[in-house]
Amino acid sequence: MVSPSVQTFDAIVIGSGITGGWAAKELTQKGMKVLMLERGRNIEHIKDYVTALRAPWEYPTRDRLAQSTRREHPITQREYVLRESNKAFWSNELDAPYVEAKPFNWFRTYQVGGRSLMWGRACWRWSDLDFTANVRDGHAIDWPIRYPDIAPWYDYAERFVGVSGTKEGLPHLPDGQFMPGMELNCVERDVAARLRRHYNDQRRLIISRVANLTEPHEDRVNCQYRNKCWLGCPFGAYFSTQSATLPAAVKTGNLTLRPFSIVTRILYDRDRRRATGVEVLDAETNQTYEFRSKIVFLNASSLNSVWMLMNSATEVWPEGLGSSSGVLGRYIMDHQFQVGASGKVEGYLDRIVNGRRPTGFYVPRFRNLKDGENLGYLRGFGFQGGAGRESWAREVPEASLGAPLKNALIEPGEWRINLNGFGEILPYHDNRIVLDPEKRDKWGLPVLRMDCELKDNEKKMRRAMGEDAVEILEAAGVQEVVKSDRSYQFGQGIHEMGGARMGRDPQSSVLNAHNQVWDAPNVFVTDGACMVSANCVNPSLTYMALTARAAAFAVDELKRGNL
Amino acid sequence: MELTRRQALVQMAVVIGAAFVGPRLFSADFLRGVPGEGPVFSADDIATFDEIADTILPDTDVPGAKAAKTGTVIALVVRDCFPPAEQEVFLSGLAGLLAAYRKRFGMEFAQGKPGERLMFLNEYNQALILSGPAQRAQEPAELRAFRHLKQLSIMGYFTSEIGATQALRFVEVPGGYDGNAPYRKGDRNWFNEVR
Repeated sequence: MVSPSVQTFDAIVIGSGITGGWAAKELTQKGMKVLMLERGRNIEHIKDYVTALRAPWEYPTRDRLAQSTRREHPITQREYVLRESNKAFWSNELDAPYVEAKPFNWFRTYQVGGRSLMWGRACWRWSDLDFTANVRDGHAIDWPIRYPDIAPWYDYAERFVGVSGTKEGLPHLPDGQFMPGMELNCVERDVAARLRRHYNDQRRLIISRVANLTEPHEDRVNCQYRNKCWLGCPFGAYFSTQSATLPAAVKTGNLTLRPFSIVTRILYDRDRRRATGVEVLDAETNQTYEFRSKIVFLNASSLNSVWMLMNSATEVWPEGLGSSSGVLGRYIMDHQFQVGASGKVEGYLDRIVNGRRPTGFYVPRFRNLKDGENLGYLRGFGFQGGAGRESWAREVPEASLGAPLKNALIEPGEWRINLNGFGEILPYHDNRIVLDPEKRDKWGLPVLRMDCELKDNEKKMRRAMGEDAVEILEAAGVQEVVKSDRSYQFGQGIHEMGGARMGRDPQSSVLNAHNQVWDAPNVFVTDGACMVSANCVNPSLTYMALTARAAAFAVDELKRGNL
Repeated sequence: MELTRRQALVQMAVVIGAAFVGPRLFSADFLRGVPGEGPVFSADDIATFDEIADTILPDTDVPGAKAAKTGTVIALVVRDCFPPAEQEVFLSGLAGLLAAYRKRFGMEFAQGKPGERLMFLNEYNQALILSGPAQRAQEPAELRAFRHLKQLSIMGYFTSEIGATQALRFVEVPGGYDGNAPYRKGDRNWFNEVR
């Protein structure tokens, strides 16, 4: 038995995605010696974005998915997310399976940078409409924080990330520290103006707030409008671990990054009621190592962070670290989507878009902004969308084959516009994940079993999402509006949340208001696992703000001798 | 009137199908290769795909689908990307389609006269356009194969270097965005990835 000498750090960060990167940056910049552990391979900024500059004709099947790729990625192949061009970024689902008690799409990227390399980059703040939602309508438990607790951390996160967007003065979608927003195109601008008039400014269409730079920032180049973000950006123009937090952490000289390191459990000292470090399984050599630290930041992504806590069971906490409340693994959430509408916009045939904008527009939530609206469902949804002229992929039934068809497709078609709803899923006690009693992964570790579903409120909201999308487009004068529901499976929103929620009471929550595990206060969980409700906006910015806030608190507590 | 015409054309397609679907596939070596890994197409097969694609998208002021080697893309997508059941439908439909051509014009499609090929494929195209979602489930294999051939020809061509950079305008790094740029009828569209 090889027993390498145990290395000790001030802090261990488990995971290198959006929140792991933030934790590493904040802790190293505060002078802590940090070990960041990543279960997958290293991805070097720019050098390893091997398809980023590949032309479409360099793919033998023109980036259409091969059957062999589908077999290698049985989960991600269900969705648009998997491409030949980016398949190297998606995790090996055969090595690391999970069990679907009910259908569950879990799209993972096991690599340095995690999903920060492939995220949608939308950055929305939450407001007190969201932080008070549970307590107002009596679902789950109250959030232990309010908007003023997190607002300065949103400022802090946005300034570093570089978020482009417009100030709108909407109380439920607070403004922040923005670079100039990207531009709505001519059709979107006119549709926005018509909606504003029609709904007396109660519904808006705005450019998405995104972590794509519109100005140079922190040694990073502004967006070049290539719209290939999901392949990695050679310009570093969107926020990722590689483009932003990792270089900042490396610059301090305080970071050690160890890829191929599967953390199997957090080590716990029952007498001190503190974590002492982690146990690591080297994914390549199968050797086991121990690393010690004063604090642990758990940022493995929501469901894997819950897995980590569950797999860190001891005789004190047989259901896992943080399980004393009985809610570990429960109240799993996501955002439901793939329901909306599209239609044709007449005119504008003398206009075209130059450049490929890497984002669309957003219609912020307009339902249930006041209590007592009585729509038949609680909470709300927003719409993402875009307008553009039809491409060569359109049908041209009037053109016969030969030169007429070819010449028609060489020119752009008519303008079309679409809306795609993103809706809130309530936190339910029985939407849960557990360790499967039988199935094991390639390394012999237990795997998660997903048991989550949409319930009545979500189904009613879903109908409304489709109907409202149609109504909005028709109100804007869009022609031939068609509603579409392409169905949704839990997890498909790739906004999985919950399982180790924050709270005010150790009896009903896993984490306190500073993301500390009640049962082991030197363990901080600051990814989506901590969420108490889901809201309807993209959650990453909130995770970043919570991570920066928790890191500052952790270092203060260490200095005070409380950890 | 409209409905009758639609019915007639769909029916015509069905008749073409019924008349020429045979037990044999396109050619003896058409299905070489590892079972379950998709058909391996011969150089002759690819040449036929090139001729089909070039009939759909011929040379004009910019080179057409054959010059862009679209036949190879069709063969690779069918081999690597189609699920086995769809490969089967495609191959049997293709065999029927080519047999129909042979029967009608007394020669192989690949050696056919351009005008006859165009007329022949345009008949399928008419049937395709009139075959709505309701009819699609009953589409004969020939029509289904033609649907794939048309879509793959268009996709293969416009994602080729010739299609993207000569037929369309291709810019790797736009560097900026203008959502309200002028456009004149006749200007080529920008190349955009289509999912």
